[in-house]
Amino acid sequence: MMTPTTEAELAELIAHARDPLWIRGGGTRDIGTPVQGAVLSTAGLSGVSLYEPGALTVVAGAGTPLADVEATLAAEGQRLAFEPMDHRGLLGTTGVSTIGGVVAGNISGPRRIQVGACRDSLLGVRFVDGVGRVLKNGGRVMKNVTGYDLVKLMAGSWGTLGVLTEVSLKVQAMPEAVGCVLVNGLSDEDAVAAMSAALGSPYDVSGAAHAPCGVDGHPVTMIRIEGLEASVAYRAAKLKEELAKFGGDMVVERDANKVAAGWAWVRDAAVLQGGGGDVWRISVKPSDGPKLVAQLRAVFADATVLYDWGGGLVWVQVPEGTDVRLMPLQGHATLIGAGDVTRSTVSVFQPEPAPLATLSRGLRAKFDPRGILNPGLMGA
Amino acid sequence: MDMPTPNPEVLAKKARIVARLKEVLPADAVISDEVEVRAYECDALTAYRCPPLAAVLPASTEEVAAVLKICHAEHVPVVPRGAGTSLAGGSMPTADSVILGVARMSEVLETDYENRFIRVQTGRTNLSVSGAVEEEGFFYAPDPSSQLACAIAGNIAMNSGGAHCLKYGVTTNNLMGVTIVTMEGEVVEIGGAYLDAGGLDLLGVICGSEGQLGVVTEATLRILHMPEGARPVLMGFDSNEVAGQCVSDIIKAGILPVAIEFMDRPCIRATEAFAGAGYPDCEALLIVEVEGSDEEIDAQLERILAIARTHNPVELRESTSADESARIWLGRKSAFGAMGQINDYMCLDGTIPVSQLPYVLRRIGELSKDYGLDVGNVFHAGDGNMHPLILFDANKPGDLEKCEAFGADILRLCVEVGGCLTGEHGVGIEKRDLMVDQYLPEDLDIQMAVKDVFDPKWLLNPAKVFPLAASETRRMAAE
Repeated sequence: MMTPTTEAELAELIAHARDPLWIRGGGTRDIGTPVQGAVLSTAGLSGVSLYEPGALTVVAGAGTPLADVEATLAAEGQRLAFEPMDHRGLLGTTGVSTIGGVVAGNISGPRRIQVGACRDSLLGVRFVDGVGRVLKNGGRVMKNVTGYDLVKLMAGSWGTLGVLTEVSLKVQAMPEAVGCVLVNGLSDEDAVAAMSAALGSPYDVSGAAHAPCGVDGHPVTMIRIEGLEASVAYRAAKLKEELAKFGGDMVVERDANKVAAGWAWVRDAAVLQGGGGDVWRISVKPSDGPKLVAQLRAVFADATVLYDWGGGLVWVQVPEGTDVRLMPLQGHATLIGAGDVTRSTVSVFQPEPAPLATLSRGLRAKFDPRGILNPGLMGA
Repeated sequence: MDMPTPNPEVLAKKARIVARLKEVLPADAVISDEVEVRAYECDALTAYRCPPLAAVLPASTEEVAAVLKICHAEHVPVVPRGAGTSLAGGSMPTADSVILGVARMSEVLETDYENRFIRVQTGRTNLSVSGAVEEEGFFYAPDPSSQLACAIAGNIAMNSGGAHCLKYGVTTNNLMGVTIVTMEGEVVEIGGAYLDAGGLDLLGVICGSEGQLGVVTEATLRILHMPEGARPVLMGFDSNEVAGQCVSDIIKAGILPVAIEFMDRPCIRATEAFAGAGYPDCEALLIVEVEGSDEEIDAQLERILAIARTHNPVELRESTSADESARIWLGRKSAFGAMGQINDYMCLDGTIPVSQLPYVLRRIGELSKDYGLDVGNVFHAGDGNMHPLILFDANKPGDLEKCEAFGADILRLCVEVGGCLTGEHGVGIEKRDLMVDQYLPEDLDIQMAVKDVFDPKWLLNPAKVFPLAASETRRMAAE
């Protein structure tokens, strides 16, 4: 394993590489078509180099452990807004998640519906392209339209366009108070309708998830509110009133630790952990979610399901080797958890329509003309 | 302002190009008369003008595709145009180019409150997107100050922001999908009514690409429910440093106002003379707006005012009515008009780290003395996006050039302190030649490589964003 400790050393390594490289942060997200190549780790590019709480910005080396970034922010009462998922439980991996890995995978959790994805918090990147050039895009300020936005392009490119060396991110203040409205016993359709009502209200919902089979074995719909104490109390009460028409039994949870644990359970797709089979992550129009799940259940009656993002993100667990894209789908499906064999035979990422595939191939050829950075990870 | 020499071959075959365009568009959608094309000779950067070869006003994605196929085949540069409100010259033509205006494409195609999106043709104005959903209590969040006139097409091209993006984000954070027509005339759908990309984030790179990668004809936009209410508070301070510190403290305290606007003394005086909003005569003024129910607003303002009081404000003005709120905003909203009343002005758009605010304002003051030109500062303080307004006299020979040199110095200063050349207006032609101050040649090369992929012949808006010297090889190779 190669573990360069400076950006220049990394650039040198790539410039002189002859064979494919398997780019790795902390190795906790073994996602994508398996890559054949020598492991190149960014773990040596570690450390928070700039943190301005008053400007809500942090800059860190790509190999900085996510936990270190989070601890640095927490010391000032701040956090990453996009709530990145910890994949270790679901994928059975170990290791230390890095901030570069989070960015490379555009890893975003439940708060995505309110504050956007990782890419929306990402202000700037430094990276080394496939020929060893050190490049930068964006910066460390919140509004920046100077030239093309390659920052977004790099987020979620899974190391196929370049190896991230440094990222700058917008951060968020931790809220003073949190609350979660729990609605019990709703059908999937009613749950999505209830979440839509909550998300379409003025009450600034920061999480909306539904587990058809919750921790106690019954359906539970969760609506999260965060903010000043007075706001949370007021909004929770208002939401409870508005959601009464869906008929579920309702509880408002105000214990911060319990709310945090509940949303970590959603974020990390805990209900799907250790269940065997393949795990898919499907992004759809929220109202399409229950229809898609009904179709899946017609074939796989005991598929485990979790809805996040108000129904727009559907996690499903199906028997090994199943391609959920055989169902009609407006959106995209990614095979997150599966063995090497399945991931080598089923497209992990949503196959793109021909014109988009041509553009993506063209971009890869420009950023990595020799095709040595995680070749094939996102498909041909 | 240097522009590439028009391609004589294109100029020579104008009649044929126009005839071919008339084959695919209604007669009134092709403008080629030398007088009539003057309507398209500039955008809101009025200092630079050049009539185009022709202008076309297609009414559908199919017509846009037909136009682009012809221009591609005839090797004619195309300059896409939304409403022509760009302050950066983003839609300024060259003599050998066809202006492709999307103004006739302004339909709402789909409104979906359950899934919280609206799909529109991109010629629709920003404000009328919100207008289409306001009856149901919804709105489209990005609010550039030209929102009454500017088109969604231009918002996407420039990734426009606005005063309220501190809370709601800019265009790219509210854009879910586009229909884009490539220079070759191929119609491509990217994204849609669902979140995030299944592969590379092409939508992310299209937003803010200044019409250089394709013509966006339709857009899926995120809509939100309006807040229950909003209320501003006005604060005056006797130094820029203190006002800047107050902004930083509010943000650090974990309160996220929807807007924090800053004005300095020259700007305050000018707007007072113009609009008479009753602002205090002080060094720096902040307007902070929060949203929510009345009780929630009270709770947030209580915190904000407590922070402000620790900085010994010379004035703290709360609003107790809609009328008082409007008066607090009046001066800020008239700032550009007020400065325009005094003289011609150039509006800059650099962004700086908020912590650098006092230093940057001090340096701007020094530069103002050096150049002998007055400057007022209006500022989205929460996100560091500055709008220095440099006053000059367009009728005085050399004044525009002096003003541009002053502006360039301010933008270089923004880059030097860790910021950037443009926060929400875009590069266009205005800041094209300053790109080398922010990016190294290889950083620009990789951006241009992206254009190579989308538009290999470099026909779409080719003379923008990149310094002409940097893009020359590519533009020439394609010719």
